[in-house]
Amino acid sequence: MDELIIAGEKFTSRLIMGTGGAPSLEVLDQALAASGTELTTVAMRRLDPGARGSVLDVLRKRDIKVLPNTAGCFTAGEAVLTARLAREALGTNWVKLEVIADERTLLPDPIETFDAAERLVADGFVVLPYIGDDPALARRLEQAGCAAVMPLGAPIGSGLGIRNPHNIELIVEAASVPVVLDAGIGTASDAALAMELGCDAVLLATAVTRAQRPDLMAEAMKGAVTAGRQARLAGRIPRRRYAEASSPMTP
Amino acid sequence: MDVIVGGGVVGLSAAWRLARAGRPVTVVDPAPASGASHAAAGMLAPVSEVTYTEAPLLRLGVASLRRWPAFAAELAADAGLAGTRDLDLRADGTLDVAFGSDDLAALDELAAYMEKLELPVERLTGRECRRLEPMLAPSVRGGLLAPGDAWVDPRRVTAALLAALDRLEVPLVRARVAELLRDGDRVVGVRLEPPGDTAPSPGTTAPAATGEGGSGLAGQGTSGLAGPSGATGQAAGAWDGWSAVAAEGVNAGAGEGAGAGSGERAGHGGAWEAGRTGTGTGIRAGERTAARAGIAGGLGEIRGERVVLAAGAWSAGLAEVPVRPVKGQIMRLRSPEPLLSRCVRGTVHGTPVYLVPRGDGELVVGATQEELGFDRRVTAGGLYELLRDARELVPGVTELEVADVVAGLRPGTPDNLPLVGPSGTPGLALATGHFRGGVLMAPLTADILLGEEGELAALCAPGRFREIS
Repeated sequence: MDELIIAGEKFTSRLIMGTGGAPSLEVLDQALAASGTELTTVAMRRLDPGARGSVLDVLRKRDIKVLPNTAGCFTAGEAVLTARLAREALGTNWVKLEVIADERTLLPDPIETFDAAERLVADGFVVLPYIGDDPALARRLEQAGCAAVMPLGAPIGSGLGIRNPHNIELIVEAASVPVVLDAGIGTASDAALAMELGCDAVLLATAVTRAQRPDLMAEAMKGAVTAGRQARLAGRIPRRRYAEASSPMTP
Repeated sequence: MDVIVGGGVVGLSAAWRLARAGRPVTVVDPAPASGASHAAAGMLAPVSEVTYTEAPLLRLGVASLRRWPAFAAELAADAGLAGTRDLDLRADGTLDVAFGSDDLAALDELAAYMEKLELPVERLTGRECRRLEPMLAPSVRGGLLAPGDAWVDPRRVTAALLAALDRLEVPLVRARVAELLRDGDRVVGVRLEPPGDTAPSPGTTAPAATGEGGSGLAGQGTSGLAGPSGATGQAAGAWDGWSAVAAEGVNAGAGEGAGAGSGERAGHGGAWEAGRTGTGTGIRAGERTAARAGIAGGLGEIRGERVVLAAGAWSAGLAEVPVRPVKGQIMRLRSPEPLLSRCVRGTVHGTPVYLVPRGDGELVVGATQEELGFDRRVTAGGLYELLRDARELVPGVTELEVADVVAGLRPGTPDNLPLVGPSGTPGLALATGHFRGGVLMAPLTADILLGEEGELAALCAPGRFREIS
């Protein structure tokens, strides 16, 4: 069984979903079902975990593990506070750490992120930090005790795909914790590429929730992640400049 | 008799249309017109709001928008207003603008989708947009004009509805419904919460119900209409006995069966009753008396053949309905001269923002969308985001006076469509779950409660969810 293991917890699906941008809870629910996801991230800053009929209920009904995130935080202080509130409210010590540097690009702030990660790890959290595609930072966060690293392919919601596949490969090569490609996925081939590059999972939201047919795109992403993973495990052939006949020339 | 639970734009519209059709109606609400209807911007903009996956919502919105002119004209007449201008009903279109090339591409895609749906929209260049609306930021690159979209002032609409109900002598019971009365599997009425019972139940702490003295409209100082202030003022704060509960807020000048009415309440000594002389007779007065009899008898009950649950975000507290509160913070600015001549919308940093101009110089800026349960706090972050985004669209907004900031709770459903019609439980009908479209869909909702059937009613039918009871 080819399972994704994060902090000792096993997942069959390697597609982690986000919930932002869905036009309605029903559309979100159908998309989540079609994606086959077992782990989904939820922004804690605009959500009351106690409220009935919220996105959390949708996840509970589908038996999907909730990964609270700290979206919207600009400082390590805010992120740590948000993570603690989420732990208290949801009873999970998992957190997707997200500390944003500016509103225009929504790129992660590496210094605040590292600071928050250290404090959260010390506080017993399972920390999954969202970072730029920086191999050095990824390594440092792993050493600091993060349970996974989540480099971006491109800015959140941009759908630009994986802008620097080489850096993603470098992160994968060096990592001994799971690497989750987070942000930038626009369509199925982007997700497949992430897996072919050796990522252990893909996290996406907008590509599905803002698609014209979210449930169909979710199914496409599910297939893409599986296909990319299989291709990675199967081992691709080396690239060659010239043709190589596929039928044998010699008996 | 129909017992309408909830005096927001949906409940009041339904009560008015039913009463107008000659049906006996009673409305129950502790603080009418103080919830989402008080916060709402009043956009009647089904076309410019359309998004992927929401074609059914569009159909409902377009159908209800068509009914608005007649609805408004009749309402204005019934309320004694000069015309629909007094409701600030305007049909000058909505302009959806884009800034960068990314936004422009998204707008083009949306335009293509709208064309596929055969919606009347016009694609404009940045210069064309700014010719229509000179106060728009120079960075606007293009826009989409939905010329048929309209808007109305919801505070004037609810004030007019209260006035019309008053003239039709429809009783308004200012009390909170504690629960639905059930007889076997049938809903037969409502049980009222005793006044002064401060036990927290969903929605009890609406600021308008306490701090603003239940005046709803008059106390806001922003509505151009006087509203039924005489009666509402009297009911304010008088939560000391059943008499206050029974105070028919809208019935200031309306008569009632004098003998029965005063006899029942003699022992309660409600000051509000002073000056009332019963002139009304006949069926209506008799029924009001009957309704009050239950209350005065200490039972705190109102019975009726049909209970219409129109309690907005609080509906799930009374019946098993998939309705949740979705918080929206909204701001009203004021300028001597209107800055805009039509509704302007745009997406800033991925967040939609809109500006709705009123004839009197008010400019509504909305709205956040937050899943925070029954939280109705106005927050610094919410206002910051609204102003930040509004300023991107129209830089001049920073010069305006802040007239009002408020947070309302939209009644959201899983599929964003309302729940209107028979609930499946005998005696209980629903008129809730209108999410962002309560004002827009009020006319359609009332028609369905009056018995309209067909494709539109089917789209709103509560039966599409299993868990309702």
